Amino acid sequence: MNDQTRPFEMAIGNSALAGMDSGNHPIKVTSRKVSVFYGNKQALFDINLDIPDHAVMSLIGPSGCGKSTFLRCLNRMNDTIPGCRVTGQILVDGEDIHRPDLDVVELRGRVGMVFQKPNPFPKSIFDNIAYGPRIHGLAASKTDLEEIVITSLEKAGLLQEVKERINEPGTGLSGGQQQRLCIARAIAVNPELILMDEPCSALDPIATAKVEELIDELKSNYCIVIVTHSMQQAARVSQRTAFFHLGELVEEGPTAEIFTNPKEKRTQDYITGRFG
Amino acid sequence: MTDVSAQTPTVPPRSNYWGSAKAKRRIKRRYAADRRLQIYGISAIGLAVMLLGVLFATLLFSGYVAFYTTKVDLSVYLDPKLIDKAKPEKANYRKITRDAFFALFPEVTDRKERRQLSKILSSGATYVVRDFVVEHPDDIGSLVSIQLPVSDPFDQLNKGVIPREIDALSSGRIALFNVLKQRGVLHVENDKAYVKTDVYVNPLDVPEGNLEQADYDRMVNEAFRSFFMTARNPAYEEILSEDAAAAVKARVLADPSLVGKTIEVKLPLSEHYDSLARTGRATIVNPRFGSHKDFEWFDDLKKRGLISTPFSWELFVNADSRFPELAGLAGALSGSFLALLVCFLLSFPVGIATALYLEEFAPKNKWTDLIEVNINNLAAVPSVVFGLLGLAVFLNAFGLPRSAPLVGGMVLSLMTLPTIIVATRAALKAVPPSIREAAYGVGASKHQVMMHHVLPLAMPGILTGTIIGLAQALGETAPLLLIGMNAFIPSIENMGLLEPAMALPTQIFSWSDSPERGFVSRTSAAILILLAFLVTMNAIAVYLRQKIERKW
Repeated sequence: MNDQTRPFEMAIGNSALAGMDSGNHPIKVTSRKVSVFYGNKQALFDINLDIPDHAVMSLIGPSGCGKSTFLRCLNRMNDTIPGCRVTGQILVDGEDIHRPDLDVVELRGRVGMVFQKPNPFPKSIFDNIAYGPRIHGLAASKTDLEEIVITSLEKAGLLQEVKERINEPGTGLSGGQQQRLCIARAIAVNPELILMDEPCSALDPIATAKVEELIDELKSNYCIVIVTHSMQQAARVSQRTAFFHLGELVEEGPTAEIFTNPKEKRTQDYITGRFG
Repeated sequence: MTDVSAQTPTVPPRSNYWGSAKAKRRIKRRYAADRRLQIYGISAIGLAVMLLGVLFATLLFSGYVAFYTTKVDLSVYLDPKLIDKAKPEKANYRKITRDAFFALFPEVTDRKERRQLSKILSSGATYVVRDFVVEHPDDIGSLVSIQLPVSDPFDQLNKGVIPREIDALSSGRIALFNVLKQRGVLHVENDKAYVKTDVYVNPLDVPEGNLEQADYDRMVNEAFRSFFMTARNPAYEEILSEDAAAAVKARVLADPSLVGKTIEVKLPLSEHYDSLARTGRATIVNPRFGSHKDFEWFDDLKKRGLISTPFSWELFVNADSRFPELAGLAGALSGSFLALLVCFLLSFPVGIATALYLEEFAPKNKWTDLIEVNINNLAAVPSVVFGLLGLAVFLNAFGLPRSAPLVGGMVLSLMTLPTIIVATRAALKAVPPSIREAAYGVGASKHQVMMHHVLPLAMPGILTGTIIGLAQALGETAPLLLIGMNAFIPSIENMGLLEPAMALPTQIFSWSDSPERGFVSRTSAAILILLAFLVTMNAIAVYLRQKIERKW
């Protein structure tokens, strides 16, 4: 048995933690006693978590710990899974998203999502981004629509790379470009909250760096929740971190604190690589 | 927790184990099994390919002759006295055509012979001339050359399908006759064959000593019967000529003392057996022809270069006919087209709606399970049952007209539906969930996800299933027979959804049932055309499937 604890700084590098702000922002999302059941199996146990606005919150934890499930509760994506049941309360800007008169389509417009695998529609780059504004009626005219597409591409840092081939299929882009296209698609409907489910797990390090850079820029306008397996990534991009284990929220706090001075033994074991 | 020392003895030492004779035998057996499996597979494929080849070869061999037709180049004088320019369709074209044809054989003047001669031309030749004149009214008054079809026997004769002469006697009769040969009682004298045999002039057959009235037939038959082991058989009675009894009678009349004695007589043979005994063959003119004159005339036409064999457009543009040289598939093709159109219009939207609901919207419970199982079972229901259903429901209960493509299409759509539903569900399942998630993620409603993303992406798969379903429906015969879609449609002018119609497979069925020799090749040709349609449809389906694969 090796009892020696490897300092976390060595694992992720001192520099990454140096510039972190502890995240004193207004609360955007509040979840109280959120439990999720897949049929009879309970996947999440009474999660209480506050997510700040204009910041990046990362959810970490080993596979199957429920972090993606929690993320998908925030835009009620779990509704599309048969047999899935959510209890408890989730408030976005103080509004209960499970309220019966709330339109889930509108909610998903307000809460954008980026998935693990880049999943552009098999349509042109333009149509990929224009789809959301079109179905929500955000553009009054064709020029409006074009403007939204250009702005979104610009915000996603993709404009320079694709402006020559905006009418070519989005599936023809590289993996990293596709993922940024998906981010552009998500911000095209002008959401308040962006959920990212392991957005870089299918990308190479260079593409990952670009996406992370983008996340860092987006945080000034949006509330971003990101699920990641990479603790380095969590440390690099997020201001607050929540650690999930076996369906429970073990610990939540400013990223720097979680990685340097975790209160819970399980958190410490996980971030130092004992399990997971 | 494992006790290593306890386990060691059960595992043989590695070096011995892998190199041992036992292990080598095992490897050899494994390889042999692999090879055997391959051989089974290859021989199965070989057998299938061979049978397919035989099928195609047979069809091509018997069907290719239907793709050309035998015609006579006839110079017809369109007499303005006989044809009214104002009403060209009213003239007596039968007379015009016949006169033009008889002009080729001025030596034939006898009425009976002329009738026989006129049978060389198809009965439809008159209409060909009429149609020609109606189309070219300016040619009235001039001599025109028209290609007219010959009647079926001459068409088949020209194509070498039927012989001029056929054996007069069946093989059974020849075998019977060979018994006589083996007995050595056959003799040929002066170009005539005889059976030399002993005949007992039975006094019992001579009533009251009246030699004129005696039953010589009986005496001959008694004698002749002894050659055969079988009981009285009309087949051997016809071997002897009717003159056989007369020969005995002549002998007895010449010498009345022969009554009660056995005499040796030469009994003459009837015509065909006589020829068989002398030349070893007995043939007659093929009964499809009148006499040898037919051949003389036809050979004469050929020698003059008037017979040609152009491509048979009639096969495609004519409707059905009792005369094979005129029968075509136009009626069947349009009937099949209309029925398939109805089938597509019914089963495509209904099938997609069903599949979409079951796959995307329906809750998973025992009711949807039941529906699902039943849809899958529906695909296995024999098609004739659907025909019965169509008969009972569409014809009897709804009172829709018999033989109509509308009803045919409705019945076929019952069969196509399960195929389309199963294929559509598979295609919907094959759309990657990431696309749905992406669409839901930007806030699309369920309807928008389906209409904008899932259905368009599944469409090639859906179309593949639909085309395969329609191809099955195209080849379906039994349900169409039950609702009467095998009507005899000699004209394609009156095609409609509610008019009686014919379909391609039922046309094949009815042609295969016809006695005229020409329908044999017509049937094969129709099958080839049906197969061509099926292959084309399946090729389109394969193309669409490859297209969907290219997408991701």
